[in-house]
Amino acid sequence: MTDQAYNFAYLDEQTKRMIRRAILKGIAVPGYQVPFASREMPMPYGWGTGGVQVMAACLVPEDRLKVIDQGADDTTNAVSIRKFFARTAGVAVTEHTTEATVIQTRHRIPETPLKPGQILVYQVPIPEPLRFLEPRETETRKMHELEEYGLMHVKLYEDIARHGQIATSYAYPVKVESRYVMDPSPIPKFDNPKLSGNPAIQLFGAGREQRIYAVPPWTEVVSLDFDDHSFHASKAPHDCDLCGSSHSYLDEVITDDQGGRMFVCSDTDFCEGRRARGMKGRLWAPEPEAAE
Amino acid sequence: MYVAVKGGERAIDNAHQWLAEERRGDPSVPELTIPQIREQMKLAVNRVMAEGSLFDPDLAALAIKQARGDLIEAVFLIRAYRTTLPRLAASYPVDTGAMAVDRRISATFKDLPGGQVLGPTFDYTHRLLDFALMAEGEPSDTPSPPEEKGRSEGQARVPHVTSFLNRDGLIETADPSDATPPDLSREPMELPADRALRLQALTRGDEGFVLSMAYSTQRGYGRTHAFVGELRIGTVAVEVDIPELGFAVEIGEIELTECETVNQFKGSRTEPPQFTRGYGLVMGQSERKAISMSLVDRALRWKELGEDFTGAPAQDEEFVLMHADNIQATGFLEHIKLPHYVDFQAELELVRKLRSEAMAMQEAAE
Repeated sequence: MTDQAYNFAYLDEQTKRMIRRAILKGIAVPGYQVPFASREMPMPYGWGTGGVQVMAACLVPEDRLKVIDQGADDTTNAVSIRKFFARTAGVAVTEHTTEATVIQTRHRIPETPLKPGQILVYQVPIPEPLRFLEPRETETRKMHELEEYGLMHVKLYEDIARHGQIATSYAYPVKVESRYVMDPSPIPKFDNPKLSGNPAIQLFGAGREQRIYAVPPWTEVVSLDFDDHSFHASKAPHDCDLCGSSHSYLDEVITDDQGGRMFVCSDTDFCEGRRARGMKGRLWAPEPEAAE
Repeated sequence: MYVAVKGGERAIDNAHQWLAEERRGDPSVPELTIPQIREQMKLAVNRVMAEGSLFDPDLAALAIKQARGDLIEAVFLIRAYRTTLPRLAASYPVDTGAMAVDRRISATFKDLPGGQVLGPTFDYTHRLLDFALMAEGEPSDTPSPPEEKGRSEGQARVPHVTSFLNRDGLIETADPSDATPPDLSREPMELPADRALRLQALTRGDEGFVLSMAYSTQRGYGRTHAFVGELRIGTVAVEVDIPELGFAVEIGEIELTECETVNQFKGSRTEPPQFTRGYGLVMGQSERKAISMSLVDRALRWKELGEDFTGAPAQDEEFVLMHADNIQATGFLEHIKLPHYVDFQAELELVRKLRSEAMAMQEAAE
């Protein structure tokens, strides 16, 4: 089967229209989970089929695409999805946040601030923020309808009673425009403040669970907390060992079996950009053959 | 010191190449052909067609070959292909009463119109390894070919067993409906689901899952006291309206397995005592799945029949329907092997913080 046997960006136009309707509804009702007839995609559920379908519905031939997984452009799944769209849509690709028109992400928001006109597409495993408090979809939909979020506040309160703080470090629940409680996908809570007032369109796709939701530009997104236990965006208390950044989210890399470790930016484009501008971290030593 | 890990792309290409080699296996052994798989691995082909929701034995055989015999992976290949196909037309409902049956048995009546037709079944084989097959000779107990095959052309309609019971009012009526059934491959699943949607989810659901759900009802978790009223396997004609012609044309035939169970029912506030029905219909020859499906179907009907919800998993529509699809299940399960560095890092920081606070408190207490 040749690539010509498939439509632009893989999905047929009827399916794209159906997905676009769901996206538009999501944008009209920020934070509300819109059911959509998710299709089987040629990658497994759990690999980002929701994000891929949203992406397929958004792409136009002039787009420039960036795909990250864990903040990095070169993780295997990011490579695989980028290749998929390069092949089925023939669009330009980039690793630079500033150059991309559409960015698909798994688990991170890029460090470089987004601009108006950009679209950030999140891959979502479990779109329902209340799912682990109430397993039934029929119940959770009712709770959203009635804005009945007491259960979530009780959970957060119990965390504080037990641990002295809210023990959720990623997929930290947020409230969108003072109405819907939303799961921001499994981004670290460090990224939560970037959700709010963001000039880009933020779209969330959950393929297996058949839900799309959205945060339109300049929307207020508040991480749930209490007056006396306010939300705190946390990260490893280090600077990046490659670029020296003190305000980016860090991955911990184990370097030997003697407890040696280093911390590096999870956002590879951000880190490389800083190094290209001459900023250096504790352990940065460019190797000639490693330069790409 | 540290060289950023690059080369995901090359690693993927190499992995694919290795996979292709592994799929082929030892090149001195002749390669399997699609017709060989289609003809000699027919039950595997049937399962892939049923759970892939696409009746095409050649493509199912290709998927099995490409998936190295991993049937769920093969189902996935078929689903991903199916989803790209345009819908040209909807067929008329197939008429299983007009099925050309290869096998038709009833566990509720010793003999009945249409007869008991055993057909090609494992049921009464002794499960002894036949080493003649390994020696690639003829199987040891090959009988001489029968004079005539069980099926004869122009066979009369084989009436459904449940229709005999229905005549006496002993079983609930299943009123025909012209309502267009919902299609969960085109619409998101909405709960509560009607029976047609439940049956669609079950027929493409994972055979192992549906089997276990059905088994659990037999062991007391939502007991429905099922008898196999009838199990039939055979081919039915598929008819489609051709708008240009203005009449329906038979475009081919498909093999189906249909199971109707007859279930005990003691009556409720609204219904007199009578038997009730469970229904299973699966593409290809797949009797385990069809029987399982009819048991689960019956268990899920507790609400409309005014029965009690006992908390059994097989009675729980949301539990059954949301977890029956093996492509969804395997995808979500296996995705946890993808990188989760970022979330794990966040958890690491949290646990470190909680630990240091707990240890500080412990020290202060001492």
